[in-house]
Amino acid sequence: MTGLLERIGAKLLHISAVMGGFVLLIRSTFFWIFRSRLEWRQTLIQMAKIGADSLPVTVMTSFFTGMVLALQTGISSQRLFNEPLFVGTVVSFAMVMELSPVLTALVVAGRAGAAIAAELGTMRVTEQVDALLTLGTDPVRYLVIPRFLAFMLVLPLLTVLSDFSGSVGGLFVAVMRFGIPDNTYWHDIIDFMETKHFYHGFIKSAVFAFAISFICAYKGLSTSGGAEGVGRSTTGAVVSSMVAVLLLDYFASSVLVAMGIP
Amino acid sequence: MIRIRGLLKSFGPRRVLRGVDLDVGAGETVAVIGGSGCGKSTLLKCVVGLIPPDGGSIVVDDVAFGSLRDEADRSEWRGKFGYLFQEGALFDSMSVWENVTFGLKYMTNTPPSRYRRIASEKLALVGLKGVEDLKPAQLSGGMKKRVALARAIAASPRHILYDEPTTGLDPIMSDVINSLVLDLQKKLGVTSIAVTHDMNSAFKIATRIAMLHEGRVLASGTPDEIRKSSDPAVRQFIEGRSSGPIGDV
Repeated sequence: MTGLLERIGAKLLHISAVMGGFVLLIRSTFFWIFRSRLEWRQTLIQMAKIGADSLPVTVMTSFFTGMVLALQTGISSQRLFNEPLFVGTVVSFAMVMELSPVLTALVVAGRAGAAIAAELGTMRVTEQVDALLTLGTDPVRYLVIPRFLAFMLVLPLLTVLSDFSGSVGGLFVAVMRFGIPDNTYWHDIIDFMETKHFYHGFIKSAVFAFAISFICAYKGLSTSGGAEGVGRSTTGAVVSSMVAVLLLDYFASSVLVAMGIP
Repeated sequence: MIRIRGLLKSFGPRRVLRGVDLDVGAGETVAVIGGSGCGKSTLLKCVVGLIPPDGGSIVVDDVAFGSLRDEADRSEWRGKFGYLFQEGALFDSMSVWENVTFGLKYMTNTPPSRYRRIASEKLALVGLKGVEDLKPAQLSGGMKKRVALARAIAASPRHILYDEPTTGLDPIMSDVINSLVLDLQKKLGVTSIAVTHDMNSAFKIATRIAMLHEGRVLASGTPDEIRKSSDPAVRQFIEGRSSGPIGDV
């Protein structure tokens, strides 16, 4: 019984330490954002790594998601009404409000998030993070802020591209598979979609960017235990980021809906 | 001047430093010796501010570490030191000259146009030429250590901390590093602490030697005094015997 309580206590202490460390990292990031010169060169490098390098896989993922959405919507609609109705509306709403932000965040977390955790983890175990401290700069300032800013700038932009790519994928199936005229498809989108629907997905992608950047940076910077530790941190960063995206998706959607941004 | 009093540090249940007292006078090089895991590197990391101590005080040039208010103050404190890491800790993604001059941007007002020339000067000081554009992965172990030393002195710090400066090097390269440490002390007049378990290195570079044992300074004196010490633990360590008061191995 005592052993069980000790294990539970140790686990709770560990969770508290992780949560505390995570919050301190966020606090330290905002402290340095307002206290120091921003590392724009590093930020641009990270934007290229996170954005440009993730672009092909993001576009391809959303294009095929748009295609499959159009296919399923068209077939269901045909069964119910004998013709494919509102394919563009369903595809665009699903992409803009839900699938683009979530899928883009998951893809970027798996690709760029893992790279960040592995890079920072390796720097931690080889004492390069300590070296930064002894050379007059703070790792948060030099390593975390550029990655955080890059995520915040790039992920919403990738999400917008994903919105467009998914809609084009849907258009491709709507025209080729169901013979829907392309102007009908676009009208199905324009007639029903408002700016606030677009904001819904855009704001969620910013929330995901915040979470992924800090989770991956925290996992990387708290790495210990050599190469094995780096592997553990990288896996942990990707899994935690993906779970956080899916959990935050519901809560962010609820808050946005309550605020009248459906 | 570095003054350490009653320094305490524990990692979980393991008490590593149990009240270390150590004075390092201006221009002095103190070698801290002791067995593996006795807390030598922890002591150095506490001094530079990489690890916060649990108790005691560290005063450098009349400023106490405990009086630092925020992260910006601690960053300024760390900027007082040059630090040579055991494995060099060079930044993989940067060239040698970028590594050497990295700290200049944050610790000095040196114009960036002078960085390259300063890097060449510092590299020449540690006996390296023509390596400016190489990446750390293209260097040998001894060269990495020398580049790391050039980086540690690039911003002309008043204090240099060496963590195992000769570990992993062959005897000839170890002697080269020892000579460099001596040269730097003479040319730059810096105050230094060198953590090592290499007795040849300690006797060569130190003006004073302090032996750390069971989390405290067991003995302290000039190299000659330590060489002639009758303390059984000191004798066991400098003679490299496996049995004695430090513990049978």
